[in-house]
Amino acid sequence: MASAELATVQEHGRAALERLGLPTRRQEAWRLTDLKRLEALARLPLSSAVGSSALPPAAAGVLRLVLDGQSDPLDGVALPDGMSVLSTAELEQVLGHTLDRCGCAGSWPVELNHASARQVLALRVRGVTHPLELVFTGSAGLTATRVLLLVEEKASLDLLQVLQSDVASAHSHVLEVHLGQEAQFRHGLLATADGQPSLMALLAVEQEPRSRYAFTSVVQGWNLARVEPRVVQVDGQATTELKGLAVSQADQQLATHTAVRFDGPEGELDQLQKCLAGGRSHAIFNGAIQVPRDAQRTNAAQLSRNLLLSERARVDTKPELEIVADDVRCAHGATVSQLQEDELFYLQSRGIAAADAAALLLRGACQEVIEHLPAAAEAWGPLERVMTGLSQ
Amino acid sequence: MIRPDAELLLDINDLHASVEDQPILKGVNLQVRAGEIHAVMGRNGSGKSTLSKVLAGHPAYRVTAGSVRYRGSDLFELEPEERARLGVFLGFQYPVEIPGVSNLEFLRVAANARRSKQGLEELDTFDFEDHVQEKLQVVQMDPAFLERSVNEGFSGGEKKRNEILQMALLDPVVAILDETDSGLDIDALRIVAGGVNQLATPENATLLITHYQRLLDEITPDYVHVMAAGRILRTGGRDLALELEKTGYDWVDKELVAQGVA
Repeated sequence: MASAELATVQEHGRAALERLGLPTRRQEAWRLTDLKRLEALARLPLSSAVGSSALPPAAAGVLRLVLDGQSDPLDGVALPDGMSVLSTAELEQVLGHTLDRCGCAGSWPVELNHASARQVLALRVRGVTHPLELVFTGSAGLTATRVLLLVEEKASLDLLQVLQSDVASAHSHVLEVHLGQEAQFRHGLLATADGQPSLMALLAVEQEPRSRYAFTSVVQGWNLARVEPRVVQVDGQATTELKGLAVSQADQQLATHTAVRFDGPEGELDQLQKCLAGGRSHAIFNGAIQVPRDAQRTNAAQLSRNLLLSERARVDTKPELEIVADDVRCAHGATVSQLQEDELFYLQSRGIAAADAAALLLRGACQEVIEHLPAAAEAWGPLERVMTGLSQ
Repeated sequence: MIRPDAELLLDINDLHASVEDQPILKGVNLQVRAGEIHAVMGRNGSGKSTLSKVLAGHPAYRVTAGSVRYRGSDLFELEPEERARLGVFLGFQYPVEIPGVSNLEFLRVAANARRSKQGLEELDTFDFEDHVQEKLQVVQMDPAFLERSVNEGFSGGEKKRNEILQMALLDPVVAILDETDSGLDIDALRIVAGGVNQLATPENATLLITHYQRLLDEITPDYVHVMAAGRILRTGGRDLALELEKTGYDWVDKELVAQGVA
């Protein structure tokens, strides 16, 4: 969908931003956010340039699309069997539907995206198709990208999103995905930066029964990042797996706000969020799980594990469980610690120097999440990207 | 094998050590020569595990008096990793799980740290895989364990086999095995003990820290030491372990009272 059809959406978005104003600390969801940085982000002019960066060759069989917020990512691309573009009429019908279902329509990050996005990449996926890779490279100013995917009944898709930037810039991204019954969606987000840029990414996923959604996010190096995976199991009976890693250094603030809602019985969630915070950085995790009355026999587990790598780093972690149904299993836990003396000693007692032992443990801590990224991620050297962040 | 003229590998003199300001070791004396197998027995809390951790250099333990010389040099001058590279090996009672770190890679880094100190060529990934396959047989370990994270999800027996595999790869001069027999069924115990027996040579020495006599049915010690209240109370041969099996540790209390310790 190009500029003309999005004009109304943009107008609404701009009006909404005016009305909403900037988020404030009085709003629970923004209580810990560095609002000065948010304000700076909101003031950036819309980018008119296209970010450039040498990209590694895509893995064999992977369809790579480059989203720059300006040009049509499908220009000159032949879509593989099983993947097609939504018509304007179809798009008008479905755009925003998943955001609504996930309860994030009208939120500030969404309106920011509406006000700024010049295009929507909207694809339908049938059957088993090639893995998809969506790449964004930042350029000066604010760039907004928006993607919508309809993964039909019994279809299967692997998606890797790479967001990267090494210039003072901001990126607003909104993704909507609808998973039909028995659909399988493996989704990776590799978002790395060099410390200057900001990122607002909202990823809304709607799951029909017996669908499976496995999401892995790896976030590192943004001045300010807010990554919000929002999942709703519309009739329960689906499987959701969320794995997250945030690695912050210097004075970065990286926030992950996840929300999973079970609008039906027998849903499953397995969630692991890890934060490694060094320097004077601040890592935030907020994990909401909503189990309304109808969501009997839900089985959910959430674990938040955090490593403080310096005395001045800070971690805020908060599970938010709203459980109304009475026949459910919901486990949650959070730990904040430094590298364990016993683990370091074990490695040292095998001849590994203290500094190398610490590096090995950090690699391991990251690898535990990174190994769940879709296979296409290997071409991007995710572990090296994250470890570069740690050795700064 | 006792040879009075064999090299003195470990010379522990009046060793005192504390953890969190609580004195645990109160004057340990022990000499270990090449070719010898020593068993250190004692009840829980007697200080035998502390002795093993102090020798390996665990940072939570503070040496307050006494000395340990390893092949003539001051052991406490060396960082834990340096001790390991020079051939001091500690087999852990509770091996640590390290998620995300592949066992194979860990073993390779560890083996290479030791090899470079021994003047041997470091092994790349491919050569190391061949090398490790050979060592796996020492403990009859399934190669699938190499692909997993270090000790993660291993059963008690698998963890202990992984310890002996590390011992095989690191080719230690002095191996200290801290309750390697705990939590093992009889089959696993035989495999682990068989590994230790295969690795014992006239050039190295083994210190078995154990609570029970049953490990000593599989590995024959040259010396048996009984620890109590942070010291070695009595030293004997293999018979001492058999006597302990019969009489239990009750006599220890009497002896401590007689010595005015308890």
